Amino acid sequence: MTVSGSPHIYGDQTVKKIMWGVVIATLPAMLVSVWYFGIGAITTTAVAVLTCVIAEYLMRRYLLNEEHPDVSDGSAIITGMLLSFNVPSSLPWWQTMLGSIFAIGVAKISFGGLGRNLFNPALVGRVFLLISFPVNMTTWPVPLSNRWVLVDALTGPTPLGQLKEGLANGETIAALKVHLPSYQDMFMGQIGGSLGEVSAIAILIGGLYMLYRGIISWHIPVAYLTTVAVFSGILYLINPAHYIDPLFHLLAGGLMLGAFFMATDMVTSPMSHKGMLVFGLGCGLLTVMIRNWGAYPEGVSFAILIMNAFVPLINKGFKPKRFGEVTNG
Amino acid sequence: MKTFKLGGIHPEENKISAQQPIEIVPIPQTVYIPVSQHLGAPAKPIVEKGDLVKTGQLIAKGDGFISANVHSSVSGKVVKVDEVVDYSGYRRQSIIIESDGDEWVETIDRTPDLKRECALEPKAIVDKINEMGIVGMGGATFPSHVKLSVPQGKKAEYLIINGVECEPYLTSDYRLMLERGREIMVGITILMKGLKVDKAMVGIENNKPDAVRLMKDLSSEFKGITVHALRVKYPQGAEKQLIKALVNREVPSGKLPIEVGCVVQNVGTAFAVYEAVQKNKPLFERIVTVSGKTVKKPSNLLARVGTSINDLIVVAGGLPEDTGKVISGGPMMGRALSNTGAPITKGTSGILVMSEKESKRKKTMNCIRCGRCLNVCAMGLEPFLLANLSENQSWEEAEAEHILDCMECGSCQYTCPSGRPLLDYIRVGKNKVAQIIRTRKN
Repeated sequence: MTVSGSPHIYGDQTVKKIMWGVVIATLPAMLVSVWYFGIGAITTTAVAVLTCVIAEYLMRRYLLNEEHPDVSDGSAIITGMLLSFNVPSSLPWWQTMLGSIFAIGVAKISFGGLGRNLFNPALVGRVFLLISFPVNMTTWPVPLSNRWVLVDALTGPTPLGQLKEGLANGETIAALKVHLPSYQDMFMGQIGGSLGEVSAIAILIGGLYMLYRGIISWHIPVAYLTTVAVFSGILYLINPAHYIDPLFHLLAGGLMLGAFFMATDMVTSPMSHKGMLVFGLGCGLLTVMIRNWGAYPEGVSFAILIMNAFVPLINKGFKPKRFGEVTNG
Repeated sequence: MKTFKLGGIHPEENKISAQQPIEIVPIPQTVYIPVSQHLGAPAKPIVEKGDLVKTGQLIAKGDGFISANVHSSVSGKVVKVDEVVDYSGYRRQSIIIESDGDEWVETIDRTPDLKRECALEPKAIVDKINEMGIVGMGGATFPSHVKLSVPQGKKAEYLIINGVECEPYLTSDYRLMLERGREIMVGITILMKGLKVDKAMVGIENNKPDAVRLMKDLSSEFKGITVHALRVKYPQGAEKQLIKALVNREVPSGKLPIEVGCVVQNVGTAFAVYEAVQKNKPLFERIVTVSGKTVKKPSNLLARVGTSINDLIVVAGGLPEDTGKVISGGPMMGRALSNTGAPITKGTSGILVMSEKESKRKKTMNCIRCGRCLNVCAMGLEPFLLANLSENQSWEEAEAEHILDCMECGSCQYTCPSGRPLLDYIRVGKNKVAQIIRTRKN
């Protein structure tokens, strides 16, 4: 007979279920991406996922010396999916591959594998690609054009890129607005951008699914999005000629993807709900600052990576409320 | 509906024995009665080999204030006073009695009539409870007379009666409430008198609506007793969580419920108090749920203390073929037995049989820092951190992180998606830290 310490029963959440739940949640955005960007979205995602899984297997087998590395937990698939979501669908396949190897090797395995990494692997991969191949990483195919041919797709800017350039040329928001895509297009995803970030609605559906399944909690996305809305709203109220309205910030770029899929990565976000709120707040402040005053038009990746570095500190500083801490009157 | 705020989980309830009326287990040939069935000092045996004893006769006397008397559960001959392996796996001094029938001590009132009035003074009530060897029947087995002796400078305001039974499978308290509700109510009035309080609150989780209804009806016959349905959430049966749920007060870290004017007693204890004070009957039998998905006849059994666990399993249809684990208590906090020949004691609320498959632990993976353990912790602790600190033997830090506040409810380990043995590590840490604190005092 077995003799072991209590408890003797277990809940039904497993790492595998959580990870595969995230994979399912990425599917709406994936479908939208295939609709807008066609074959490029499929090949880029396939290359990223396959490379991540194979790299994870080989590195765990030969670098971490695990006898039977089990990659079925789905975490490498998520890294692959999310990395591909963060690059243009037109990225050359070998660059996608390099980014995937970097994400798994440097950002995950070098820290000791699942659960040990400090930074979000997909974002590390993305930033690595952005620095290494700045041209390819900022060439955005135009949605719905040349979907099913492999060469020379039409390219265009992202809304945030347009905004940054226009403001740098001294234009006002009112003048820029004429050329910027409508909010409806931004909401549905018919805009230039990374493969998986364009459609706010698709990401929202995936995010709600994760909330419903209890995979993520509301704290990080809500804190993140609220902070962006409030902060950019204040700037907008101060000077609407120079700062665009908060709704644009919410729908543009990788914010939705970042708030629901990247910042909520449990390994690289705080443990307590209080900590999560602080983390979301930090991400929001940094995102708005980088977008408005930084060199890059988009700041979500950097904001989340910077906040990742603060997670150990946040975990120390924002502990859960202890039972019995309050003295009764 | 009331409940406690912080943390908590909702494991599958599995109250499969709920509809089984209490059934009496035949008196065994031999009983093994440990002298330590309670928290505190073991009782001192006052009988010797060859002595003849009656059912209900004192056979071991409580040693000091925090200790409890032990009485014979059968009539017969003491064959040995020796060490016997008890349910915890340790050898403990026990009195072994061969039974020759069931002749009770004459002073015990064996009539079924309800005796409502109690003329005793508070002090006399507490003494009687002490004399009859009553301990907490919920599982902690803390001597009841100690709880009723309010320390100088403290004042009890509420008597809290625990009818929560939040452990999955267990139904002994539930059956007792249904079948002996009125006796429990009288027991509560006696406890109130002993404690000198005029308010008692009974907490019952609303997965037992018939018990809530019955107890509510009965409470109208008694002054000062109110019955409250609580939202189902584990570990609501823990003292501190129950107090929080019922009167919204938090017992400070490291302190007892009396700090916030509360004393908590289990419904089973209230019933034992009724029998002790009104019927002069010592605590030598109790209700034990025998359950499990593979058990043929899940039951609620009235068994004499010292009956072997095997005997109870036989009454419930025998040990199933593919049994992997037998647990004393519930699946969340119970103890896995190495020896099913061990006797039941005053604190045995249930025997749970698990199949080979159910007995296996989850595969352990790396912590993915999801934070679920910390969100379910009812004490607001950080289980992953405490487990890490214990693993790294950082005892001082573990103490500073309130490792001793952990009541080992197991919610963290239950919830962990990586199947990490959090509580195993925390238990080691708690023992070590408690040991360090003791040496510091000396």
